Amino acid sequence: MTTTKSEWESVIGLEVHVQLATKAKLFSGASAHYGAKPNSQACAVDLAFPGVLPVLNREVLTMAVRFGLSVNADIGKRSIFARKNYFYPDLPKGYQITQFEHPIVGRGTLPVITEDGRNLSIGITRAHLEEDAGKSLHDAFNSMTGVDLNRAGVPLLEIVSEPELRSAAEAVAYLKTLHALVGYLQICDGNLQEGSFRCDANVSVRKKGAPEFGTRAEIKNVNSFRFVEKAIEYEIARQIQVLEQGGTIVQETRLYDSAKNETRSMRSKENANDYRYFPDPDLLPVEVSQAFIDEVATTMPELPWQKRLRLQQEYALSEYDANVLTSNKALCDFFEEALAHTKASAKITANWVMGELSALLNKNNLDIEQSPISARALGGLLSHLADNIISGKIAKTVFEKMWSSGEEASVIIEREGLVQENDSAALEKVIDELMLANPSQLAEYRSGKDRLFGYFVGLVMKQTAGKANPAQVNELLKQKLAG
Amino acid sequence: MHFKSLTELKLALHKKEVSSHELVSHYLKRIERFNPQLNAFITVTGESALQEAQKADTLRARDPENAPPLLGLPMAHKDLFCTDGVKTSCASKMLDNFIAPYDATVVTKCRDTGLITLGKTNMDEFAMGSSNENSFYGPVLNPWNTDYVPGGSSGGSAAAVAAGLVPAATGTDTGGSIRQPAALCGLTGLKPTYGRVSRYGMVAFASSLDQGGPFAKSAEDVALLLNAMAGFDERDSTSLNVPVEDYTQHLNRSIAGLKIGLPKEYFSHVSGPMQKTLEEALKVLEKLGATLVEISLPHADLAIPTYYVLAPAECSSNLSRYDGVRYGYRCENPRDLNDLYLRSRGEGFGTEVKRRILIGTYVLSAGYYDAYYLQAQKTRQLIKQDFDEAFKKVDAIASPTTPTPAFKIGEKVSDPVTMYQCDIYTLALNLAGLPGLSMPAGFINGLPVGLQLMGHYMQESKLLNIAHQYQCHSDWHQQHPTAME
Repeated sequence: MTTTKSEWESVIGLEVHVQLATKAKLFSGASAHYGAKPNSQACAVDLAFPGVLPVLNREVLTMAVRFGLSVNADIGKRSIFARKNYFYPDLPKGYQITQFEHPIVGRGTLPVITEDGRNLSIGITRAHLEEDAGKSLHDAFNSMTGVDLNRAGVPLLEIVSEPELRSAAEAVAYLKTLHALVGYLQICDGNLQEGSFRCDANVSVRKKGAPEFGTRAEIKNVNSFRFVEKAIEYEIARQIQVLEQGGTIVQETRLYDSAKNETRSMRSKENANDYRYFPDPDLLPVEVSQAFIDEVATTMPELPWQKRLRLQQEYALSEYDANVLTSNKALCDFFEEALAHTKASAKITANWVMGELSALLNKNNLDIEQSPISARALGGLLSHLADNIISGKIAKTVFEKMWSSGEEASVIIEREGLVQENDSAALEKVIDELMLANPSQLAEYRSGKDRLFGYFVGLVMKQTAGKANPAQVNELLKQKLAG
Repeated sequence: MHFKSLTELKLALHKKEVSSHELVSHYLKRIERFNPQLNAFITVTGESALQEAQKADTLRARDPENAPPLLGLPMAHKDLFCTDGVKTSCASKMLDNFIAPYDATVVTKCRDTGLITLGKTNMDEFAMGSSNENSFYGPVLNPWNTDYVPGGSSGGSAAAVAAGLVPAATGTDTGGSIRQPAALCGLTGLKPTYGRVSRYGMVAFASSLDQGGPFAKSAEDVALLLNAMAGFDERDSTSLNVPVEDYTQHLNRSIAGLKIGLPKEYFSHVSGPMQKTLEEALKVLEKLGATLVEISLPHADLAIPTYYVLAPAECSSNLSRYDGVRYGYRCENPRDLNDLYLRSRGEGFGTEVKRRILIGTYVLSAGYYDAYYLQAQKTRQLIKQDFDEAFKKVDAIASPTTPTPAFKIGEKVSDPVTMYQCDIYTLALNLAGLPGLSMPAGFINGLPVGLQLMGHYMQESKLLNIAHQYQCHSDWHQQHPTAME
């Protein structure tokens, strides 16, 4: 949809709210754990009782600096918490504590590979620390709104991109990279359903080559990569349509409705809040020393793009394979562990992890961490394959049995007698007998009906209960059938 | 007994001339007798006070050596220090039904020192006012002359101590709310260095200016109370992580050789009996060996405009939490969310509070922020620099605490700007974050006059030393209103 009108160019910037995986909230000692009974994790500070004061949970500084270093950003050595003032029942203080003029993370860049293999370098404008609001539950009570303050005060890192994304697909690629990154950095659990990773998209369109940006709309409430893509595509198409019909785009906040696949106006700029930001006098400026930054730097893990390059260089994997494997730290860890415990090649191991295993996980709605087959066990199975003990086809059968029983490959192969037949004398004997039993098919083959080759392969496999070595079968059959 | 100082009462308890139970009972009777007239207390916690007194007596009898320093002595808290289980109203309809589930750090620390709370004192609503006329519970009267205001915002605490209803009380000072009522009621009151006393559990008015401190009859008493109140608190991020000294330690030092600065900008408006009274007091300091030096605080005139931008700005945000949603006043039958906000806040707050919320909202608004808020932050720095410069030359600064003695109830309520000018000599110190005290320096027409002493960062001891030496050579602080006998 984005490219239907080729003279238009879309401009997208993303604001991602990453919930930092701390035990306690940003400014109170209450638990930040998700899923507790409503309002059971809200203390006097979260409830904004009179006289209470915020105290910074310094765990978030390490996390923010980790992120900053990962995108090669300037770290704000003196960041300042500010108050963003507005009234809403799920905002107990009547203001949100956030960072405004002096964020903890300044400009950086995120390397992104798009689905179609293009390498982008997307600017990070800034990332700042802020507290989350509570949740308003509009449907739970008859003609009343319920307020759950468990989430109020949970720490967020808001990561703002430059308006450098040019399509919904690029936006999704950026989001997936960022999502993988915060997982690698172990600063966020990445759970989209629980709202640990949320995205607002600023979207505008302009004629290609136009020097100025068009008026933008901000789309809120998108909680999956698929919906982000659809919402942006819808919004781009809508804006192009409005402009082509001679209309103008209004600067506004729009809400994405996934059921109807459309965005709807929520509030226009005229009705926007004046947030009256000012430095929070209850909190001192946050000083981050070079020594602290250096210390965090020593704890940095291998980053997804570093890992991707390593997989390509060390194992000769394609960029595509390396990109898929590194899109999720746990997936890549699984791959590397399986590889460490197998005689199979990196390519075969990667294929199985990205293919059979991922397919079954998806089908059963499981994360890689929940896989019933361990990385070691998969490695074992693939070793049998590499040693020609079983065929690829048998391997798939064994794989499925491992999935349901949790047994090791060797146990299943031995019990069920699935060891591949590699004895060429025995195989020759089988082939000879089959040729004798099927004279007419043999004659037809020899007269040029090549497709009957498969027929003979089938017969051999049937006769050997699938245990024959397929390569060997092919080779011997070719010789024998040719006469 | 009831006009004795805390120090004298402490000694009496120690010598077993009186028990804590007797002391508390006596003051409770005083409150019962005089409070209906003065309106100094919002809540009296007689029953729990008597129980605590009993416990204090038992403790003292059992282990006198290890008794906490102020064990069994009665006091009162301004009704904006949160008290676990006892109403904390801030003298507002908004919090008339509010009972905190926690104690303010100051309350905890006072209790840990052995002090017994007799109740919560009246004040200007949310500490906004200079006359204690802005209270949901009605005005407090000045014990020296009940036609007059006691000052504000900590007027209830000042009136209670001056009338002998308690020997000590806490207050808070955002722009003079301890020093001004101390002056108008003939007491010694101290605003510590910003960050010296924890703000945790102290209901915020203007966070960067608010500071709790004590009222008592003498500098010596104030030193004892500051020992109890001061200290680092990890629950207040602006609290200073610096060890607390013993503020009584240097009380008896000679002040000979100290240089005391007299800011010409502060004295230029003073004339007549006020001038005469202050000059007499300054002569005593001179006689004690201090040198008086004229100094300049060139940006003194910026204090009022700066303060009345910054304090309302912070207040407008601090008071947003009173929205009728979780606690406090909620209007009847709100039609919708907006109605809930408008009427809960419209009905729950008094006029002065609303005025400051409006000013504060305005100065923080888009398009005005730079011209007001940011500009005021800059002038605040200039005011701070004035003091830094001055304290290179002098050890302390002396000035009037207020332009006049107490004024009549109702005299200034209709003119907020005139009311704001009552704090002309006290505001600058809050903006600079520095300590200051007011001590009794004489009377005009039977109404007390205060002399303000200002000090540099963490120089509370020096101020108390000067005040104590003055009080050793004067008796203004020992006077009491005869009508309250």
